Amino acid sequence: MIAGLVLAALAALLPVVYPSTVVLNLGPQILVMGIFAMSLNLLIGYAGMISFGHAAYFGVGAYTLGILLQKTGVGLAPALGLAVLAAALAALAIGFFCVRLGTIYFSMLTLAFAQIVYTVVIRWTSLTGGDQGLIGGIPVPPIRLGALMLPVRSPLTFYYLSLLAATAAFAAAKVLVDSPWGLLLRAVRDNAQRVGFLGASERGLRLAVFVVAGAFAGLAGALMALYVGGAYPDFVYWTKSAEPIFMVLIGGMNSLLGPLVGAAILVSLTAFITQFTNLWGLVLGAILIAFTLYFKVGILDALLRVWARRPSRGRAAERAAAVVRAPSEESPWRS
Amino acid sequence: MDLAAFVACLGSAACMVNQLTSALITGLILFLVASGLSLIFGVMGVLNFAHGSLYMLGAYFSYSLLGLGHFGLAAPAAALGAGVVGLLLERLFIRHISGAPLLYQLLLTYAFILVFDDLAKVIWGYDFVSTGVPEVFRRPPVLVGRAPVPAYYAFIIAAGIVVAAGLWFLLARTRAGKIIRATADNPQMVASLGINVALVSAGVFALGSFLAGLGGVLAAPVRSIFPGMGFSILVESFIVVVVGGLGSMAGAFVAALLIGVVRAFGSVAFPALEEGLVFILMAVVLLLRPRGLLGVGKEL
Repeated sequence: MIAGLVLAALAALLPVVYPSTVVLNLGPQILVMGIFAMSLNLLIGYAGMISFGHAAYFGVGAYTLGILLQKTGVGLAPALGLAVLAAALAALAIGFFCVRLGTIYFSMLTLAFAQIVYTVVIRWTSLTGGDQGLIGGIPVPPIRLGALMLPVRSPLTFYYLSLLAATAAFAAAKVLVDSPWGLLLRAVRDNAQRVGFLGASERGLRLAVFVVAGAFAGLAGALMALYVGGAYPDFVYWTKSAEPIFMVLIGGMNSLLGPLVGAAILVSLTAFITQFTNLWGLVLGAILIAFTLYFKVGILDALLRVWARRPSRGRAAERAAAVVRAPSEESPWRS
Repeated sequence: MDLAAFVACLGSAACMVNQLTSALITGLILFLVASGLSLIFGVMGVLNFAHGSLYMLGAYFSYSLLGLGHFGLAAPAAALGAGVVGLLLERLFIRHISGAPLLYQLLLTYAFILVFDDLAKVIWGYDFVSTGVPEVFRRPPVLVGRAPVPAYYAFIIAAGIVVAAGLWFLLARTRAGKIIRATADNPQMVASLGINVALVSAGVFALGSFLAGLGGVLAAPVRSIFPGMGFSILVESFIVVVVGGLGSMAGAFVAALLIGVVRAFGSVAFPALEEGLVFILMAVVLLLRPRGLLGVGKEL
């Protein structure tokens, strides 16, 4: 929590100390995708549920916000709230089916259901604009802060808006995963049968975390829609589900901040690669292949592991040691 | 919803033949792809997300080869090409993570979707391409009753049925099939009998990839070919496996044909919902029979 707050404070100072367009452009994207990746990591890292269709909830959040702002007179804050709610409801409906199945089938089903959401977006042209996305963009009323009117699309305002949202989301997630409920979640990942012996409902827990993750993903989607001023079908496409998976893997799945590190790397890398080629799938695919074959441990996980092995183990190091588990040694989702 | 059109179709022989043909084509092509996926999964425990990409490669190979030669040569060569790509995929990459956590297996094959799609863009371009109906099949339609069925459609159906029967024969009646089924059940036991399990795995992966490629080859003249075309059939293959039941080839066959029928007649009755119906079918099966229609053993 402290590390996160320090990071947030540093991020808040960054545009003041170093007001470059790179920071203002990439910063919000990293933060928003970081929320998205963190929400997926609640499933993958904490609950051991490998979802391949997480873009569905990102997309539902984005489209809900876009449609509300474009077609109704709802204000920004209620629209954000409703977008998160809609994503949570979508996750509830889809999760109801998916959590019934074991690991591999869960992955297959989440992917299949995300494809339905994509089909609906493409087909329901009158509501979503079909493959064009929400045509005409979405109008965003300025935020009124006392006498101050802040236009949301100005890079600086959006930077702080996304930082605020990310700080709140990560703090909320931190409270969740450190609560008894969060411990139970990890127990589901490690040994679902014993959770049943304790009298807790494995299926209920899995559904609950699926909904929570969907809600966070919806928040990220809604923020992304605000940022780019529209919602497009590729928000729901399977490649959008792939992005947070990369982030979780590369950043590390044993902490909440790992995926944020992954998001920072992937967003920067994408911005860099797309300057030279539009074949980013090839480059990212190659990186991922190398990663799965050779590295297998995310960056923050590797750092935490080094930290945990320090000779003088303070309290923080012990905590780190408790968090770090080598996935190859005691992973519940072994084949 | 257009129930009037649906009822009218049920009463018309021409429309029935038309929709049944379409159902069989969709179903049989889907079965070819899904059976490969199911076979690889059953024997090796690897869920190959790149399976749809092999279907795509089959279609692209046949597009390229049809420009060079006769369909009778180009089609088998294109399907074999997909098989070879699958073999390389297994030997060079997937083999190395067979003992790794499931997550890494899923991710490795998932990464290959991105790679294959972009390679297709580099080699064949971003745009849709089309092979057109091969020369040999540009002939008068086959008459079923009085309803015409295009010659190529009849060929897809015949080829699909022949391959399905061949696959059943291979798995159920030959020594190789026994070894494959035994490997699915207990690879250690098979290995201790002196059989090279690595070779069986490689063979099964190549066979499964060949089946996906063959699906792509057969589909190439009737569907548009583009980078990313493998994804929707991958999703449908997953549905086939879930609906049909784990480890059941017969289940996969029934499920694939059922999906073909649902799509063909659904497109008449509920034109807006055609794809949705397939998912509704899956949801219903999952709720009523979590093991799938013909699934055996434990719950999924």
